[in-house]
Amino acid sequence: MERNPMRRQLASLRKSLFDQGYLDEQFMELEQLQDDANPNFVEEVVTLYYRDSARLILNLDHALERRPLDFSKLDGLMHQFKGSSSSIGAKKVKAESTLFREYCKYGNAEGCMRTFQQLKKEYATLRKKLETYFQLARQIGPMESANRPK
Amino acid sequence: MTMEEKLGGSNGEDGGRDRFPIGMRVLAVDDDPICLKVLENLLRKCQYHVTTTNQAITALKMLRENRNRYDLVISDVNMPDMDGFKLLELVGLEMDLPVIMLSAHSDTKLVMKGITHGACDYLLKPVRIEELKNIWQHVVRKKKPDSKDQINASNQDKSRGGTGETGPTSSSSDQKVSKKRKDQSEDEDEEGDDNGHEDPSTQKKPRVVWSVELHRKFVSAVNQLGLEKAVPKKILDLMNVDGLTRENVASHLQKYRLYLKRLSSVATQQANMVAALGSKDPSYLRMGSLDGFGDFRTLTGPGRISSASLSSYQPGGLFGRLNSSAALSLRGISSGVIQSGHSQTLNNPINGFGKIQPAVVPANQNQNGTLFQGIPTSINQLSQNKPTNHFGEFNRGNDPNAFGVATNFQDARVTVGGSSNTLPVSSGNPLLLQSNTQQTQHSGGAFGNQPSSLGVTSLNQEPFDMNVRGSSNFLDHGRCSENWQSAVQLSSFPSNALSASETFSHEQLPSNNLQESISWTSSHLSSSPLDLSSSMANPANLEDSRGNISQVGLNNNVIQNIDYTTKQQWGDSRHDYNGNMNNSFSRGDSLVPASGPMMDQSNVISDKMNDVSLFSQFSGDSTYVVPHLDGEKSAFDTKSRSNDDFLFETKPQNGFNQNSFEPSENIMMSMIKSDQNNETPLMDGEFGFDAYSLGSCI
Repeated sequence: MERNPMRRQLASLRKSLFDQGYLDEQFMELEQLQDDANPNFVEEVVTLYYRDSARLILNLDHALERRPLDFSKLDGLMHQFKGSSSSIGAKKVKAESTLFREYCKYGNAEGCMRTFQQLKKEYATLRKKLETYFQLARQIGPMESANRPK
Repeated sequence: MTMEEKLGGSNGEDGGRDRFPIGMRVLAVDDDPICLKVLENLLRKCQYHVTTTNQAITALKMLRENRNRYDLVISDVNMPDMDGFKLLELVGLEMDLPVIMLSAHSDTKLVMKGITHGACDYLLKPVRIEELKNIWQHVVRKKKPDSKDQINASNQDKSRGGTGETGPTSSSSDQKVSKKRKDQSEDEDEEGDDNGHEDPSTQKKPRVVWSVELHRKFVSAVNQLGLEKAVPKKILDLMNVDGLTRENVASHLQKYRLYLKRLSSVATQQANMVAALGSKDPSYLRMGSLDGFGDFRTLTGPGRISSASLSSYQPGGLFGRLNSSAALSLRGISSGVIQSGHSQTLNNPINGFGKIQPAVVPANQNQNGTLFQGIPTSINQLSQNKPTNHFGEFNRGNDPNAFGVATNFQDARVTVGGSSNTLPVSSGNPLLLQSNTQQTQHSGGAFGNQPSSLGVTSLNQEPFDMNVRGSSNFLDHGRCSENWQSAVQLSSFPSNALSASETFSHEQLPSNNLQESISWTSSHLSSSPLDLSSSMANPANLEDSRGNISQVGLNNNVIQNIDYTTKQQWGDSRHDYNGNMNNSFSRGDSLVPASGPMMDQSNVISDKMNDVSLFSQFSGDSTYVVPHLDGEKSAFDTKSRSNDDFLFETKPQNGFNQNSFEPSENIMMSMIKSDQNNETPLMDGEFGFDAYSLGSCI
């Protein structure tokens, strides 16, 4: 069937996301929550994440423009961001968040800025990859998605 | 983003209940929409019945509408509209539902804070489904208030791998909480202490609402038995309330103990203050127990309050002085108080402060840890030793309330000095002031629980009530206050103190009368003394009071301060307790709260305080604490009475004792405070009395 190669492609795409460290086990947990009653759960959550975290990113951007930097505020924002990111299993993004918070703790402005740039990169990269992934998944069809390898 | 969703689910409550844990009704609260969504789905996967909201306030509203609609609450720690810990306390106090905290933070302090505020568990985000599969156990535990419950708090935390250490409560959180409580000032919706609730969930026994009245009985029963010796069965028998099961009492007792512990941890911090006082005697704290809570005795025992805390204040300082005269007096009082925990002990001190002195002294040493001595320690002890030290607890928040409590407060109350454990008010009463100071800080929240500190041994019950409110949520000042009105105020502590005071006063005098009077139920407090307690309870308040009391430093200053505070408190708060009390109490509380009896007297004390110069007065005058006992009493009584007699309403006379104590407590408090000076806020409002007051006397 023509779905097979697609399914294989999907599977390998998924695997690479894990192997390359973009996603962690939490993502698998989300997949487990997806079932017939909730066929698009993972995608919904990811979509929600990108929508909500965009706001946080924006706030962080603004906060980083201020001088002097308000580290506690930055830390607070990043804490929220980290919580969300970890909920979807965004591994690299989460790692950058942690690093960012460390810099905040030590009041390292440069470190914060640098890390934040890196974080945004990872954030964007993951988003693209996931979009591709979901697109493919949708093409395969709901049935397939439901049976997506866990 | 997640809107509230009421899952009307097919699992209907009934269906779910029968197949528990399937269908267990969970309320999930998290401002992060992603986390909330994920959590919701995870819970659904576990076959729970999930309701979600992204606002804590909404969650609270939903819970209040029908607390039987939910079995368990899961809440995030960081939320914009309300602190997760505050919500935790409120829920625990008002609805007695198990609450699980969620956070992306695995910070030890936070985890501890969660535990001390009564969380059943603490999970880290992202949450895994395995962890959620077992959360139903918390519901079961809560439902079984007997032994299971007792270990519930600790076990739950421990058993859940996720939970952090069950370390001592962080006073900071307490303070914060207490403050919050104050703000909350919710009316205690608990009423009807019977298990009137419908079965909220399977296997669940109808929830008992621990009304002020009920709590008062509980506290007085506990006091009678002695905190350490209090066992649910006996308490139940003593309380003699229909429809109350041993399990209910057991779980309540556990909360109370937790509360006291929390207070004591606050007190511990404050203990330093107390220590300054030099009262090593934990007994001081005991003293607080005026009523001889018995348990408060623990306060009395030097060991109780962690003398360290007390000692830290100034071992030789205030207390030392206290020992001399005031101390003795106080101690006497405290000893008296502490010793029996019940007013009995207190009576001694109170009645004749002078009398007590001699007696006190020795008593202090042993039990009371010598009011003053104990005060610092007691305070610590109070807080630490005995959760029962409600009195001490009283101290907790409020400054070494121990003072206020005229040491009798039961050191526990005294916790003011120390962490809420009611500064052993070293002497039970006033000493509570001391502990209160410590506690105060702590108490802010804890105070609510502290009730015991006030030396209100009898009060303790009440205080506990307050505590009960939030045992875990002691901090829920607001809550406590509400019920007790003024006493409730203590919820944080102050009220307790006051309540205690009242109780003390009463107890002290009549030795048990106080209980009645004091019964927290703010009814008495309303008069003012309670306010103190309340104040005391409110760490926040305490802080204020403390500030005042610090000055007291035993000398008239203390009194002055106390007076000031108390006056203020009483004057305003008297009726106002809830709000004022805490504040006022803080001030006056210091003085007063500690002395539970004094508290009532607080008003009186305030007045007296001036004269009393706390200790100095104690010795001779009624300096609240001491003097009042006998002669003072009248003074206080008059004063307090004049105030409103709230505390002493029932027993002007008795209250007197309290009065006496209060002064002494105040003194103690002041002493403690003085010593502590920089000590935690307890000093401020908590009892205001801070050990210093006591010390001054000496």
